[in-house]
Amino acid sequence: MSNNIVSRLKRKKIDEVIKTGKRMDGRGLTQYRDWQIRTGFLEKAEGSAEVKLGKTHVVVGVKSGIGTPFEDSPDEGVMMVNAEYTPVAHPTWEPGPPPDEAIELARVVDRGLRAAEVLSMEEFGLVSGEKVQMVFVDLYVLNFDGNLIDACSAGALAAMNTAQLREFKVNKGEVTTTDKTKKLKLRAHPIAVTVAKIGSEFIVDATADEEEVMDGRITITLDENNNVNAIQKSGPIGFTVDEIKKCINIASEKAAEIRSKVMASA
Amino acid sequence: MSKTRKRKSNKTWERVDGRKQDELRPIHIESGVLPNADGSAYIEMGRNKIIAGVYGPREMHPKRLSKPNEGVLRVRYHMAPFSVDPRRSPAPSRRDTEISMVMRDALEPAMFLERYPRSAIDVYVEIIQADGGTRCASINAAAVALADAGIPMKDLVAACAAGKYDGKIIVDLGDYEDKKGESDVPVAYMPKFDQVTLLQMEGIMTREETEECIKQAVEGCKKVYEIQKEALKKKYGMIQGEAAAPEPEAEAEAEPEEAPAEETQKPEGHVDVDEPEEEEKQ
Repeated sequence: MSNNIVSRLKRKKIDEVIKTGKRMDGRGLTQYRDWQIRTGFLEKAEGSAEVKLGKTHVVVGVKSGIGTPFEDSPDEGVMMVNAEYTPVAHPTWEPGPPPDEAIELARVVDRGLRAAEVLSMEEFGLVSGEKVQMVFVDLYVLNFDGNLIDACSAGALAAMNTAQLREFKVNKGEVTTTDKTKKLKLRAHPIAVTVAKIGSEFIVDATADEEEVMDGRITITLDENNNVNAIQKSGPIGFTVDEIKKCINIASEKAAEIRSKVMASA
Repeated sequence: MSKTRKRKSNKTWERVDGRKQDELRPIHIESGVLPNADGSAYIEMGRNKIIAGVYGPREMHPKRLSKPNEGVLRVRYHMAPFSVDPRRSPAPSRRDTEISMVMRDALEPAMFLERYPRSAIDVYVEIIQADGGTRCASINAAAVALADAGIPMKDLVAACAAGKYDGKIIVDLGDYEDKKGESDVPVAYMPKFDQVTLLQMEGIMTREETEECIKQAVEGCKKVYEIQKEALKKKYGMIQGEAAAPEPEAEAEAEPEEAPAEETQKPEGHVDVDEPEEEEKQ
């Protein structure tokens, strides 16, 4: 958290404003910035989405390929989610191996999709134990202004929801690519909502400034039946069980709102 | 036929290892097991075998990572190649990185880092054998190791998972239950402050079930907490000689130098605890 004098001053100011029920940018505590979601704008990716959430800007690409299955699931395809913190996104981000935050981002988005069983991986088997179809979901951060998890989760869903995956043909254990494509079928539509705690208040869609000074956050991923698929708490504080329930309430309300925007972008 | 079988099994529903729904696996914790470390602990939680070592507070190694106004807690979770089947690469995976992060966030609320400007406290956790719920077991060992290092703490951090298996809410999932179950909710908890410091979840559950899992996991944590205190009392009870019976206050604020009188001194409890599993894939 506040590690230097600037962020301490920032924290003080943000605290003051939040106590009045408003945010630095005039939003309410549980109000998102404007979502702009565009899908299918990349020709070479099989699925794509661009999400702008205020000044946060991410692009998600879906590609497929052929790979080998995990030993314990010889007939199931493999989905991989990877996040890239590009150096264009923020003055303090540098080229190089992904920071821990990027790994957490990818894993939290991945966990939501996987736990909700968005894809039926059995449909992606090709040659048992040898070849399966891989589905890669790459989260690409182009400009950072907070709340990457929610932006990427919505972007991943939007990209997958509109993806046309190429079809593969299996002939005597040989797998070849065809020109045909098939719409990727989604079995669930999970959306992550991150609730940040600043002092005693809970806010959604924290900006980079707010994230810098927040105490901690809880990300809750819910599907369209309002089932919980994934939770991730982070930050050096604890939450009481009642606070967690409160976060789940906020998340369930917001997830529905975001989902309708994602689906409308198709 | 599968129907009848199901009905039958419902009557005498039993966990794979015969435990009750809220029963933890046997837990054994020993503190001060590594001579070179400032503090250490070994935990067996079911078949999990995990060792945690603490070094520090000490000078921060790459100095640029130090903070001028507070200490930095660094946690490294690492699995031995032979701890799981099949063998895994000893190189840290993305999973390890994430678990290290959430463990740090789970332990940090219990620390007084503002007392150690420019310093580092390093917590190293090695999974010798994994049996489901390694992150919770690791937190349990790490908290005891921190106390064993004589580092003042606001409270011990106890961890335990709950989850849903075969439609039932169960506590402290074993490896099988973790892999085959519907969901898994690892939780870490500081009983003195009633605060949840680690919370993750994966699976499909209604909101009500999720909340119930968190509640059950917290109850599990309270049982683990007693065992953690026992482990510390055992070691420091011995050092203090037989002054055993009534445990003195021993406040958590003690300076790190002197004989670590942690808030560890408390009643004893004998509880069996275990942990839920984590996804082992990459």
